[in-house]
Amino acid sequence: MDFSSIRKLITRWCAGEENWVDTRTVYIGNKEPPPGAEAYIPQRYPDNRIISSKYTFWNFFPKNLFEQFRRIANFYFLIIFLVQLIIDTPTSPITSGLPLFFVITVTAIKQGYEDWLRHKADNAINQCPVHEVQHGKVIRKQSRKLRVGDVVLIKEDETFPCDLILLSTSREDGTCFVTTASLDGESSHKTYYAVQDTKAFITEEDFDTLQASIECEQPQPDLYKFVGRINIYSDRNEPIARPLGSENLLLRGATLKNTQHIYAVAIYTGMETKMALNYQSKSQKRSAVEKSMNAYLIVYLCILISKALINTVLKYVWQADPDKDEPFYNQKTDTERQRHILIRAFTDFLAFMVLFNYIIPVSMYVTVEMQKFLGSYFIMWDDEMFDEELGERAQVNTSDLNEELGQVEYVFTDKTGTLTENNMEFIECCVDGYVYVPDAICNGQVMPGSTSMDMIDSSPGPGGKESEELFFRALCLCHTVQVKEEETVDGIKMGIHQNKATSFYISSSPDEVALVEGMKRLGFTYLRLKDSHMEILNREDEVERFELLEVLTFDSVRRRMSVIVRSTTGEYYLFCKGADSSIFPRVISGKVEQVKARVEHNAVEGLRTLCVAYRKLSVAQYEETCHLLNSAKLALQDRDRKLAEAYDLIEKDFVLLGATAVEDRLQDKAADTIESLQKAGMKVWVLTGDKMETAAATCYASKLFRRSTQILELTTKRTEEQSLHDVLFDLSKTVLRQHGSMTRDTFSGLSADCVDYGLIIDGATLSAVLKPSQEDSSQGNYKEIFLEICRNCSAVLCCRMAPLQKAQIVKLIKSSPEHPITLAIGDGANDVSMILEAHVGIGIMGKEGRQAARNSDYAIPKFKHLKKMLLVHGHYYYIRISELVQYFFYKNVAFIFPQFLYQFFCGFSQQPLYDTAYLTLYNISFTSLPILLFSLIEQHINMDILKKDPSLYRDIAKNSLLRWPIFIYWTFLGVFDAVVFFFGSYFLFNNSTFTSNGQMFGNWTFGTLVFTVLVFTVTLKLALDTHYWTWINHFVIWGSLLFFVIFSLLWGGIIWPFLNYQRMYYVFIQMLSSGPAWLSIILLIVISLLPDVVKKVICRALWPTTTERIQVGEHTHTHTNTYTHTHTHAHIMHRSTSSHFTSVTPASSRELIGLTS
Amino acid sequence: MMASNYNAKEEDGHQPAAIGHGGAGTVKNKKPDNTAFKQQRLPAWQPILTAGTVLPAFFVIGLIFIPIGIGLFVTSNNIKELEIDYTGVDMSSPCYNCSQSYSWNSTKPCTCSVPFSLDQPFESNVFMYYGLSNFYQNHRRYVKSRDDSQLNGDKASLKSPSKECEPYRTSDEKPIAPCGAIANSLFNDTLELYYIDPNGSRTAIPLVKKGIAWWTDKHVKFRNPGGNDNLTVVFQGTSKPVNWRKSVYELDPSDPDNNGFINEDFIVWMRTAALPTFRKLYRIIHKKPNMTPTLPLGQYILEVTYNYPVRSFEGRKRMILSTMSWMGGKNPFLGIAYITVGSVCFFLGIVLLIIHHKYGNRNHSADIPS
Repeated sequence: MDFSSIRKLITRWCAGEENWVDTRTVYIGNKEPPPGAEAYIPQRYPDNRIISSKYTFWNFFPKNLFEQFRRIANFYFLIIFLVQLIIDTPTSPITSGLPLFFVITVTAIKQGYEDWLRHKADNAINQCPVHEVQHGKVIRKQSRKLRVGDVVLIKEDETFPCDLILLSTSREDGTCFVTTASLDGESSHKTYYAVQDTKAFITEEDFDTLQASIECEQPQPDLYKFVGRINIYSDRNEPIARPLGSENLLLRGATLKNTQHIYAVAIYTGMETKMALNYQSKSQKRSAVEKSMNAYLIVYLCILISKALINTVLKYVWQADPDKDEPFYNQKTDTERQRHILIRAFTDFLAFMVLFNYIIPVSMYVTVEMQKFLGSYFIMWDDEMFDEELGERAQVNTSDLNEELGQVEYVFTDKTGTLTENNMEFIECCVDGYVYVPDAICNGQVMPGSTSMDMIDSSPGPGGKESEELFFRALCLCHTVQVKEEETVDGIKMGIHQNKATSFYISSSPDEVALVEGMKRLGFTYLRLKDSHMEILNREDEVERFELLEVLTFDSVRRRMSVIVRSTTGEYYLFCKGADSSIFPRVISGKVEQVKARVEHNAVEGLRTLCVAYRKLSVAQYEETCHLLNSAKLALQDRDRKLAEAYDLIEKDFVLLGATAVEDRLQDKAADTIESLQKAGMKVWVLTGDKMETAAATCYASKLFRRSTQILELTTKRTEEQSLHDVLFDLSKTVLRQHGSMTRDTFSGLSADCVDYGLIIDGATLSAVLKPSQEDSSQGNYKEIFLEICRNCSAVLCCRMAPLQKAQIVKLIKSSPEHPITLAIGDGANDVSMILEAHVGIGIMGKEGRQAARNSDYAIPKFKHLKKMLLVHGHYYYIRISELVQYFFYKNVAFIFPQFLYQFFCGFSQQPLYDTAYLTLYNISFTSLPILLFSLIEQHINMDILKKDPSLYRDIAKNSLLRWPIFIYWTFLGVFDAVVFFFGSYFLFNNSTFTSNGQMFGNWTFGTLVFTVLVFTVTLKLALDTHYWTWINHFVIWGSLLFFVIFSLLWGGIIWPFLNYQRMYYVFIQMLSSGPAWLSIILLIVISLLPDVVKKVICRALWPTTTERIQVGEHTHTHTNTYTHTHTHAHIMHRSTSSHFTSVTPASSRELIGLTS
Repeated sequence: MMASNYNAKEEDGHQPAAIGHGGAGTVKNKKPDNTAFKQQRLPAWQPILTAGTVLPAFFVIGLIFIPIGIGLFVTSNNIKELEIDYTGVDMSSPCYNCSQSYSWNSTKPCTCSVPFSLDQPFESNVFMYYGLSNFYQNHRRYVKSRDDSQLNGDKASLKSPSKECEPYRTSDEKPIAPCGAIANSLFNDTLELYYIDPNGSRTAIPLVKKGIAWWTDKHVKFRNPGGNDNLTVVFQGTSKPVNWRKSVYELDPSDPDNNGFINEDFIVWMRTAALPTFRKLYRIIHKKPNMTPTLPLGQYILEVTYNYPVRSFEGRKRMILSTMSWMGGKNPFLGIAYITVGSVCFFLGIVLLIIHHKYGNRNHSADIPS
């Protein structure tokens, strides 16, 4: 892991080279090492203080300010503010200082509050009492004072204060149960084991006599990995060494359950605990909208600079005549005169910059942030995304990406647990070609249509009987299932039902539970693991005991697991179960052909298959195995590799017993969701580690592939026959030919040969395609060809994928020339890499822990919720934020452009048109709330219609509302409005009176008139854009206009003390007392709004978008009830002809091409 | 980073202070509230701008705006206005000599008489303005060159005016009252009107110099320091603005209510104009109680005491006589604009009607067959 190695380097560099060792030695109880031990290198460990806060009281102010001004926008405003302080600028520093101060303060308060909460939480954790065992006594201590090597006593339901090695427990078998709910969200109880040789230490006094040291690796962030060794010094000098693994390591944050108390020794403390190391800030993902926004900002910055430049140049041209520069009535001061012309010009330039700087509004950033933050609550609040079964609702981990949900073009989904339930059900097993189907199905329900014990052939002979029993025993023994008895609440309920002592099977793999339960129904019940003996109740109700000697745990590389057991008769067996591909090559005898046929048959049906094999071991073989395993387990370095090698040596020469089939049902509405996503124009890819046949069957079931879909295969099977090169070119030819005819036939959407393609690719071929070629480039450009093929396929299935390959695929699509927006969805740890890689990562709160959900940007309980998430929430967020961005630029152009025009009439003297208060408050209060509210609750179309009609999603695809033409339209609208405001007022003011008492108005009245028209126009423009008027909209829109009027009345109504100018005194009120002012305000507002309204109406009438048609349809529906929804709906479907998906004809249906061949 | 944060996430960030010691026993009901707001299902009015809905609005706007425009236009046309440029640029103009021989310090005022005639009588109150062109009263340096608290009668500001007044802040090491460029450049031409009777005798027309400034300015914003009595004493220790011939307390010695800072000519000047061509109210000629017009048609003479130099910056000086209506002085712009916008709206209404008729039907008919 790159991250940790960097950290290591840094730590090493900080700690100094000599202090650094790869392992740490911990003396239990911090006792002096016994004389025989090797030289003790004292290491310094941090105390057990947890620091999650970013700031201390002292460094908060400077550090927080520094952090905030690192943001480019804040920095820009700071510069403007400083310029205003230094030079003589038209507007007072308050105008930009106040908003900036406001923004900075609000952010600082927010961050400070969060940090204070963190401090509080840290303190609570750091000060919570811990029982430490010292000199045979239990002492209460604050958690933060705990040191490495301390022996602690943990009682039931207490949380572990640091990472501990379990020494002994109150349970006699030396196990304890732990829930890691706060670590990874898994609430199931996990079993941890005490070190064998310290199991007997059960009192405090005992630990006083314990002499032992632990050698272990330095802390690493991987939660599930730990290697170490404990050396126990007894009276004899030779210490006993025992391996320590993650099953001995209790992690900080986990809670002790169902165990009275345990003793454990601290090995990692404070910031070195795995939990602390595991916290890493996720990389910042930026949305497409944000990128557009930044592009617009640059445009506006250019506009700003050019405006300032033009005005500066014109100013000096105009001033060339000294009578204009310094007429007798308006002389400069001496210091001004003496200044060098270049300095003057530069100051003037800066002053113009300051005058026009409002064109880039501070408040936009605040509003966008607030919109994102507040808007994300709607996802969490959504009732429809709440899952009753799990009791979970959607979670938002990043609110930065809300609008990206409306832009998704590629969906990468995991299969198991995402598309499917991950709720395994045992379907059948096959022993030597004979098929067994259990009659009763889990949860006490009898599945209809299932026959009991259906054998394909006649009953097997005596030899068959034997292997049948062996098979059942193998399945009963070869697993890591735990039996949990008498669960407090649920257990009682179950007990009443079944009238006998109940037990549950718990395992990290649902397949295993399904298998063991299936065996139970076939007559072999796994009872429990007791004293290293597994107990099985066989068909004759006899208890058989097998001693469990070794467990060769499952891993995704080997794709199998094994156990070594000794039967009561003293025979050693190795039972192994695993994927067919990993078992068959290791089989030396058994009815391979029959089993293989059945396995393939089952795989096509979409079942998950496992093969079971065994090997009889002689005593000598067993000893050798033990030796191999132990030496590997004791290794401190490369333990994993050595273990894998050992496993490889042990798991061979199998006798094949049979195979099992387990069904993983599709999630509720998975097919419907996929169909909707495809209709919405998204390409759905399934990335799975599963077998191709199983995965393909799931794809058909979930309607990813249809009957009419032509399947293209890019698998190892095909590349064995042809070279990869030829296959790729063949495929691309097929696809491109089709594509060419497609474009010709776009308008005759019903053409019969409109076939959509599905591609299947497997991991091996993918890595071949992606492999950078060493040879000449013309040969090796597989990547492009592959991309080309993929782009023309409606659905792609990638099977046999390693987790990292999933991320690779996502990255490949992400970096393709169109830069499509990708979304990855998955539930397991193996999906984390792709979730982190994709633009939007969505985690399913599944059964395989919470790792995916924790690393995702959004977490949802079920796959079906994706539909609403994208089609409704994503759509809404996108239109909301795009309007927000465009509107913000628009209203600031309309705000600032009159000032620019005014310069032409005031001798380019940087005279502001508006009063300081107006300049400051325009973006903060007069026009901020309506748009914020709009961007929170606007709904241009009803939610239900969005859900019913996925094709609407295409209307906003490719960032369509933030394209340049639209941006330019808004900008021109702003300029137009500004021209109307300015020249409208100009002609009114130009050399004429507009009061009935003949008195004249001055420049501030002029500015106020422009500003009043501006505020009203801009707010009404938003009102015209609002499609969803709730009472809040009315309140905010009319309220903010009213606020403007009231503020203006007040601002001009009083001689303000402490203010060195009173220029606004009665200006607004005097203006309102004049009839022509009212008339011109109304007139100018109408003129400003007119073009936009006309454009909207005409566009809607002549070139309506799908959305607009729906809106009208909705309108007619709700108002006149003439047309039903189905009409409009069907109509929309008909309209979107360019899609691959909507015009499916049943004419050409090739079934399951290549699946059985 | 730690348990607190993991927990914070679990609890949706609301109770980050609740640390993991509670254990798993505290299962919180996470079901979201089913309120209309949270589910985004607030009852709402959903208007859509279609040709059909906007049409009536356009016709209504047209129908309202056109009459208003006509009314405004007629009103504006009924207003009588007379403008006389007395700058004296041409050799032929009577004020040519005065405009040439200009000096601020000349003690002998230059006067000139500009004859003019009225073709129509001016009824009701007539307002007399002076107008300046190319005079940048809205220049930034100029606009801010004043001290509002000094003008408000603040004694501290009287003695030490604001820095903004530079370079018209002090003269001879005495503070200037009123300070600043605006005050310093106070318009100081004197205009008088005479009616030439047919028999040749001149009758002075009474010009009222009160009521030309905003009431609030005169009574609130502008105040003499220490009340209106004995201004000479109050302004002792201050200096008159450089360009002025007399001190501020000598602006109108005859009327203590119009002297010092509350002199209305001064207040009018202090309200800086928005554009470089502007007019300011100078005098009011009240209508006579009998039925005779305020200014009957005939010959008049404008007597100008020519003090104010504008030639240096190519400025112009005008005298304007205007009657007023409820909507102020002559301004055809508003009326024309209303008529134009009204007609445009009406026209657009017709266009939209056609569009609505043609395409609206098409849209709807397209719905049915599919």
